[in-house]
Amino acid sequence: MFTQLLGEHFVHTALWAGAVAAVVSGAIGVFVVARGMSFAVHAISELGFTGAAGALVVGIDPVVGILGGSVLVGLVLGLLSLRGRERDSAIGAVLAFGLGLGVLFLSLYQGYATEATNLLFGSIVGVSDTQLRNLAIVAAVVLAGLAVLYRPLLFSSVDPEIAAARGVPLRALSVAIYLLLALTTAEAIQVVGVLLVLTLVITPAAAAQRLTGRPGRALLISVVIALVSTEGGILLSLAKPWPTSFFISTISFAAYVGARVVDWSRGRQKRLSSSPPRRVWAVR
Amino acid sequence: MSVVVAEDLALRFGERTLFEGLGFELEAGELLAVLGPNGTGKTSLIRIMLGLLEPSSGSVVIEGCPPRERCHRIGYVPQQRVFDRDTVLRGRDLVRLGLDGHRWGFGRLDGTEHAQIDAVLDEVGATGYADAPIGRLSGGEQQRLRVAQALVADPVLILADEPLLSLDLAHQRGVVDLLDARRLGAGTPVVFVTHDVNPVLHSVDRVLYLAPDSWAIGTPDEVLTSDTLSRLYGTEVDVLRVRDRVVVVGTPDDQHVHHVENGH
Repeated sequence: MFTQLLGEHFVHTALWAGAVAAVVSGAIGVFVVARGMSFAVHAISELGFTGAAGALVVGIDPVVGILGGSVLVGLVLGLLSLRGRERDSAIGAVLAFGLGLGVLFLSLYQGYATEATNLLFGSIVGVSDTQLRNLAIVAAVVLAGLAVLYRPLLFSSVDPEIAAARGVPLRALSVAIYLLLALTTAEAIQVVGVLLVLTLVITPAAAAQRLTGRPGRALLISVVIALVSTEGGILLSLAKPWPTSFFISTISFAAYVGARVVDWSRGRQKRLSSSPPRRVWAVR
Repeated sequence: MSVVVAEDLALRFGERTLFEGLGFELEAGELLAVLGPNGTGKTSLIRIMLGLLEPSSGSVVIEGCPPRERCHRIGYVPQQRVFDRDTVLRGRDLVRLGLDGHRWGFGRLDGTEHAQIDAVLDEVGATGYADAPIGRLSGGEQQRLRVAQALVADPVLILADEPLLSLDLAHQRGVVDLLDARRLGAGTPVVFVTHDVNPVLHSVDRVLYLAPDSWAIGTPDEVLTSDTLSRLYGTEVDVLRVRDRVVVVGTPDDQHVHHVENGH
């Protein structure tokens, strides 16, 4: 059964689509985590859901709605370039309203309820060849954007004050990262669904930052974790008919927990090996 | 020739005037300490020199060029703000960002740039922890790396805005000595904003004192006197010299000094 499925075209398409979404999500995740934008990711994906539900009502491709919704809210959040608590509460307010709209759209939509479920929880095995091609194009745009912006984006993420003093355009970069994030979110929604976008965008990067202090290496590790989670999740769901998103989120969470354990045990070893006996300090 | 020429600078926010008619020149190798209570425009003056803020009138020229055009590298050491423990950045990366963080793309360092980074890490004594995640270093170590970041691109001018806040005395001393070494070795002038002149007193050439309604510039012996400060504040202020320290008593913000120190 399992090996038979591996030969199926739709499985190949799913694996490719998963890989594409995983690479962009893992890559942008390190910047999103460095800038403390996890909540924004959630808001953007919820608004992607609203867009998709709206698209279903008017009878156009929900992917167009996802892109529209997430890019719109990404643009607004980027332009506002809020910081700290104000950003937190503003995102909460926008998110709640967007979800309310989404609920309305869904009630107006007369089609199958599975469409909505797919949006919320993902439907990787339903990806068509055309969708895969579109996924790849959007992914190429995001990766090219990240490559071009890499250094100033890193600079403004970890050290905004000095970056500004060096003439790095903070606001333009903020808009750019939100737009790239919106595109990424639209990708990830199609694989893991609205509710689980964080599992590809945040979890791998959060694990990576526990494992290394090198920015470039963190990006690689994050991409690898996202890839392994997605591909592993798809393969497992072929063997056991549970939801793909469950497997994906479980693997990425396991990587996160593992990274924390590794980090903790490293710190412990260091403390044990480097700290002199307490009484020496007492004498000093 | 002067590295910095500031002429007739004024800065107003709405009805409020922070300073006006402010002018000074800064020669190579000079250290100018900018003193004064909060809210008198010390940080704004730094921002003007960084090209991040336009003065309401007047001009600043750095080596013949207005700051906003960024013709020259300026080393900037900000208030010590501790990096998150999880920040994915090594000390070496922080310093590197000071060299090429504003350029597009991933970029690859060539041999000269690697050597530049190694040299400046050595200069500030950070070689031993340059490869550790920055968020796990002490505040003093992080601030040494900040100094390295400011120095790496061989700036024509160093601007330091309260760089000693929340550092212990030994690290305060260390940071001042590092800036001094570069200033005396390479002739790079330093503008040093501080609420407490004592850590830099032995290096200061001139003091710019920004009081709420007026300002004064001159050598420490000219400015840090009971007469000058009483005139600036319009009230009786006593300046005492106790051993090698300057103690100012009687400024209207006297009681607030501790809030300033702890508030950041």
